[in-house]
Amino acid sequence: MSLKNWLYALSAAASLTLPAVHDAQAEDSIYVPLFTYRTGPFAGSGTPIANGMHDYLTLLNERDGGIGGVKLIVEECETGYDTKKGLECYESVKPKKPVLVNPWSTGITLPLIPKAAVDKIPVLSMAYGLSASAKGDTFPWIFNPPATYWDGFTQILQYIATQEGGGIEKLKGKKIGYIYLDASFGREPLPLIEQLSKELGFEAKLYPVAAADMQNQSSQWLSVRRDKPDYMILYGWGALNATAVKEAVKTNYPMEKFISIWWPSEDDAKGAGDGAKGFKTLNWHAVGADFPLLADIQKHVVDAGKSQVSSKDKVGQVLYNRGIYNSMLIAEAIRKAQEITGNKVVTGEDVRRGLEGLNIDEARLKEIGLEGFTGEVKLSCADHNGHFSTFVQSWNGTTYEKVSDYIAPLSDKVGPLLDADAKAYAEKNAPWPARSEACDAS
Amino acid sequence: MFYRETGQFKQSYAADQAVFPILQDRLGLAAILVVAFVIVPLFGNEFLLASVMVPFLILSLGAIGLNILVGYTGLLSLGSAAFMGVGAYAAYKLSTIFPGVNILVWILCSGFFAAGIGVLFGLPSLRIKGFYLAVATLAAQFFLQWCFVRISWLYNDNPSGAIEVPARTLFGLAITGPSATPVTRYLVVLVIVVGMTLLASNIVHGRIGRTWMAVRDMDIAAQLMGIRLLPAKLLAFAVSSFYCGVSGALMVFLWLGAAEPSAFDIKLSFLLLFMVIIGGLGSMIGSFFGAALIHILPIVIRGLPEALGLPIAAATVEHLTYLIVGALIIFFLIVEPHGLARLWQIAKQKLRVWPFPY
Repeated sequence: MSLKNWLYALSAAASLTLPAVHDAQAEDSIYVPLFTYRTGPFAGSGTPIANGMHDYLTLLNERDGGIGGVKLIVEECETGYDTKKGLECYESVKPKKPVLVNPWSTGITLPLIPKAAVDKIPVLSMAYGLSASAKGDTFPWIFNPPATYWDGFTQILQYIATQEGGGIEKLKGKKIGYIYLDASFGREPLPLIEQLSKELGFEAKLYPVAAADMQNQSSQWLSVRRDKPDYMILYGWGALNATAVKEAVKTNYPMEKFISIWWPSEDDAKGAGDGAKGFKTLNWHAVGADFPLLADIQKHVVDAGKSQVSSKDKVGQVLYNRGIYNSMLIAEAIRKAQEITGNKVVTGEDVRRGLEGLNIDEARLKEIGLEGFTGEVKLSCADHNGHFSTFVQSWNGTTYEKVSDYIAPLSDKVGPLLDADAKAYAEKNAPWPARSEACDAS
Repeated sequence: MFYRETGQFKQSYAADQAVFPILQDRLGLAAILVVAFVIVPLFGNEFLLASVMVPFLILSLGAIGLNILVGYTGLLSLGSAAFMGVGAYAAYKLSTIFPGVNILVWILCSGFFAAGIGVLFGLPSLRIKGFYLAVATLAAQFFLQWCFVRISWLYNDNPSGAIEVPARTLFGLAITGPSATPVTRYLVVLVIVVGMTLLASNIVHGRIGRTWMAVRDMDIAAQLMGIRLLPAKLLAFAVSSFYCGVSGALMVFLWLGAAEPSAFDIKLSFLLLFMVIIGGLGSMIGSFFGAALIHILPIVIRGLPEALGLPIAAATVEHLTYLIVGALIIFFLIVEPHGLARLWQIAKQKLRVWPFPY
């Protein structure tokens, strides 16, 4: 390559990145990048989440003029659920001083975990990423409320036990199938399953689905038909969920005994037709648009043409509301940071403190316009997850409806695993920095 | 006028066989190296270094590795991402078992593990060729990726199933881990890539490279001339996998910082193959051109709307990028099926006779 070409390439690249830095920092504003994926194999799940996150923050800008009078600069960066592109996004937003990042992919979260403390940018990986990052003492910059995948697994087990008419001792002698994405996300519960199946005396059947074969699960479901598990648990994402539901219907597996972690959307169940009725998933927030806040979004954002939702009825779907929940955490963390520091324009360090001091109670939820949308959220310096309760919702053919009370996780089983895991992570990544961030007593 | 070798007499065999026989080429190369070693680190911002240059160099190294196999020896391989993975996992295991040894030593050593695995999967190449060999190497891709997911020993039983990069230093300067600055990482990658490119260039210009090219052009003729096919092909697999392995280790340690097995999926193999085909089969500089087209061009296109102040949504930009890059790939392949390296060659030839073309 000649010198000339190099210089061209350089100047082109430099001119691309430099102007962007200036306009983001120009005035009093808070920069919130959103890592989203509206393209690629996971776009089906990624688009509603992106819309929810984007619309909530846009609403705050349109209706309230930002948070505490400071405008939010909301910018999407397309990751395509690809780790390399996600890191590229991270590098491109870093100079604009983001107050926090939401990677929305476990693969992107993992490389960011060690970087967060160095770059002073908190990472909010909402119910995904590294479960052990719930330990605020080891991971002061990482937050993963409201529950970990381990919590979710124990919640499903408890629901199964109540279906059997009792406590978790009812699981004894049951056969429970676990169909999962054969990647870090789905494999994470395996040590827990191994331990609990011994302690509680149930038999676990594992059906891994390789990422490349997400849409071809016939062999796994053949095994399901042969093994006849009493209950099936699903940990999937993207096309894996839709295919699993379809295959379950085809196999005539009783849908009411098929329970998933919190990621399936309406479309995943709808694709399988009427047979999918009774399919269950965990959730921690309401479905539907029947909340004052969502009505405001409809009025100020969607009707004003500032949203990317393809039709109005998308507002209020499971994953759209998940995006709303994510943005609610962002907004409340920024608000709390303003409260703690007294500054209007807050930094990543402030928002980290804001996240640790996060305390969204019923009264606050009502103020936001989300009364009854979800349970209280309260984090602390030691606990960056909260391990909040979730409930089970069931697909009725058109929407999900809540069918159980809030179920608390089996913290006595999960806690020791989390401790051991956080400790192991720090040891393997030695020298892992000890927590130096002071704790605000809240 | 300026680019002409008139008057440059060669007075020794060494000068005659030099990789760059023309003075202007040597000057150009020196200028490129000065830009790469001095100007880019001095004036480049973090994004340019961390997200453009480091990945570009690492992918170029991987493309060189694949080019040795596909371009120079004519053995089609779809397993290059898996061999990169072998390098990455080997470097990870070695650095966690022997944390005292410098990480750069392990990154280079990881290449030998990849070479070993590469030779193993290269064995069928004596009997099968072309698409059939591509399928055999595809098996390597699937099998090795399966190993990365299933053999928990490889990732030290991390519950996340990913390999994480510990912080390591060189002369007291952090080169891996979160506190390594992009400049340091860039310079480390640059030194390794430049060194290994020179080495590869010497290999392919020497006896070994000629052996490979003879095998590529007609293996029966090569055999009749006394070239032993099995060692020649296996050596190509070994050297190619070595390069891929080092590039994979660099990818995890100096670029990504943590990697799930899906980082080494078949998509990466295809990307490398595209780089090699678009850049130019059997060309060192082509590997760099290909990597630039596949990696840098999308970043430039993605950044354009923002730089011009056009309000286009991120997802639309992504779709447009796919469209434009795809169209450009087809355009370049139609204009010059032998790749960008061939275009470069033609340009140089034109420059030679300029301003009096005949």
